[in-house]
Amino acid sequence: MANWLRISSRTVANHIKKRMNKEFMGGAVHVNQSSGLWWGLNRGGPVSDRNRRHMDPLAWNRATLLCVQRFKTTLAEKQHDSFLSSDSDDDNQSVDFPGGKVSYTSEMSFISESSQTRVPCYRVLEDDGDLISDCDFQQVSKEDAVKMYSNMVTLQIMDNIFYEAQRQGRISFYLTSAGEEAISIASAAALSEQDIILPQYREPGVLLWRGFTLQEFADQCFGNKADYGKGRQMPIHYGSKKHNFFTISSPIATQLPQAAGIAYSLKMDNKKACVVSYIGDGGTSEGDFHAGLNFAAVMEAPVIFFCRNNGWAISTNVSEQFRSDGIVVKGRAYGIRSIRVDGNDALAVYSAVSAAREMAINEQRPILIEALTYRVGHHSTSDDSTKYRQLDEIVYWKKARNPVNRFRNWVQNIGWWSEQQETQLRNSVRKQLLEAIQVAEKTEKPPLSELFTDVYDHPPSNLEEQEKHLRETVTRHPKDYPSDISV
Amino acid sequence: MGNRAIAEIQFADYIYPAFDQIVNEAAKFRYRSGNQFNCGGLTIRAPYGAVGHGGHYHSQSPEAFFCHVPGIKVVIPRSPRQAKGLLLSCIRDPNPVVFFEPKWLYRLAVEEVPEHDYMLPLSEAEVIRQGSDITLVGWGAQLSVMEQACNEAEKDGISCELIDLKTLLPWDKETVEASVRKTGRVLISHEAPVTGGFGAEISASIVERCFLRLEAPVARVCGLDTPFPLVFEPFYMPTKNKILDAIKATVNY
Repeated sequence: MANWLRISSRTVANHIKKRMNKEFMGGAVHVNQSSGLWWGLNRGGPVSDRNRRHMDPLAWNRATLLCVQRFKTTLAEKQHDSFLSSDSDDDNQSVDFPGGKVSYTSEMSFISESSQTRVPCYRVLEDDGDLISDCDFQQVSKEDAVKMYSNMVTLQIMDNIFYEAQRQGRISFYLTSAGEEAISIASAAALSEQDIILPQYREPGVLLWRGFTLQEFADQCFGNKADYGKGRQMPIHYGSKKHNFFTISSPIATQLPQAAGIAYSLKMDNKKACVVSYIGDGGTSEGDFHAGLNFAAVMEAPVIFFCRNNGWAISTNVSEQFRSDGIVVKGRAYGIRSIRVDGNDALAVYSAVSAAREMAINEQRPILIEALTYRVGHHSTSDDSTKYRQLDEIVYWKKARNPVNRFRNWVQNIGWWSEQQETQLRNSVRKQLLEAIQVAEKTEKPPLSELFTDVYDHPPSNLEEQEKHLRETVTRHPKDYPSDISV
Repeated sequence: MGNRAIAEIQFADYIYPAFDQIVNEAAKFRYRSGNQFNCGGLTIRAPYGAVGHGGHYHSQSPEAFFCHVPGIKVVIPRSPRQAKGLLLSCIRDPNPVVFFEPKWLYRLAVEEVPEHDYMLPLSEAEVIRQGSDITLVGWGAQLSVMEQACNEAEKDGISCELIDLKTLLPWDKETVEASVRKTGRVLISHEAPVTGGFGAEISASIVERCFLRLEAPVARVCGLDTPFPLVFEPFYMPTKNKILDAIKATVNY
């Protein structure tokens, strides 16, 4: 089926496009405006039962088109159309090259560096939490919605308390997800536990959703003997095999090619699961972004590349990061289906990831999601962002564009959440966190032997020698060494 | 093209994506083109080394990888005054240079730094403490640790000569050799893991040139052969006492 698709996708696509032009108000415009929308209606090969929902004009994407009406323009359509129009002359004026047939034209024209309008973003909730009318989205159960909201609150409080703990010198480092709570929680909620997560470092919400306890978070931050990482890495470098969450590493974008490979492994083993890898806006400037996406596309690997475009890469604003329309437009460059979503809209994130997961697994292809959001907190406890951005800007996003408040309004308005529950939850989480910190602080550090294990599966002779020598040194000079690490 | 570029890598731990460009391009630009082109206007500076809480990716000392590349220079200052003079030399040197700055010293070091323009010579090691019983060789932040060890060794009647290598590639063999010919003993100390560290190159060179003069094996007090650990950092580091123990062992060999 995949072969069929490659040969005649253009023909099929054009057929669909022409059909749509007749069936939707302003349909053609929306089709061309965002490849994500277009492909939503042509998500696979022939119309089989499996694909019918997606070919059905009344499915998911009709609502999406209606939701984004406010972004329509005709100019972009014309530009796009002329680029594709030569298809109808396919057989008469085409030329063969490695990579296939291309039609040719004697009119020299450059593809514009950008389209007239930016790719619209998919959203389901208004800023105040009201559902946009006539919107279609992946329905969330009450149980899931309450869990999502509770997790977002928990993440918020966890961030505040751990940040304070660093300021008090109790942990050495921390970084928050402030402003991006909807992204990690809602995306995690849309996945299954078998889906493999390759995080960057600002997605602890995914772990939280999957059941990592506040104690487990605290233990890693304190680097005590209960830390699965055995005290070797800085705080926030969580990892949990049982939760299918690969251990975080500091270097940027290194997880993306790994994600492609892991997804390929799932494909080889015929698993009904995908990989989800997260990256920030800054990370897309790394070479590994290119390598990861290109490999995934060529290998047709089931991986979702989720880009958190929060406007800032430490002190580098997106205006200095790239000259493209954000990250969503880069997907097409690799032949990857992409969508731009409002990252502060939990329901939109949930819906987009749900749909992406289905496509990734059923069609065995990568998907790119760009979630627009804002990094409310400093980059980390080693940063003071007021040095490079206006305090007004930070306060605006924190107050007026808060994803947690927005989702709360929605959950409350449909009667699934109350002020009383809010107070209870916040008090309870706060209490649990303070207790978890106290316990983590008192827990012993891992024993000295863990300095030498896991470099390889078995320690080679040079390490055995060094351990022996070190132990002698520690015996001779005990005052040089921390007392909370047992020898 | 006649202009100079000074690139900063925020932490040396993140320099590896640039390794291809540094090793295969910058280092070989002049040689491969028969001196028609060169990459001498390039200086790369990067904070390196332990900081107390940096873990795997904010503490690395990657100098050994770069010392293995003919065509570039590797320079490491031990103090603010040294940093200015050496950096200006690096920028003006007609070869590509990688300049590692010990981040430990960013907040800790206090020194009078002249405001005028001055340059300190590359590939010239400096004897920063005179001694007669043993030669210690180091660079960067490690020198202050070694200096403390030298002070304590002196109380035990051991006279230590301390050399700041400053430029690791190309390094000043003559100064180190002259010192070893005087003392007959040498100890090298660096934070980077001992296996394949730059201390190995110094050791091999000294043995080649001073074998008959040596009274004891060349000692190396370095980081362990593990990734740089967070809570175990104090155990990983080449401390003053580890150096002191090695000084005594070498002198009493």
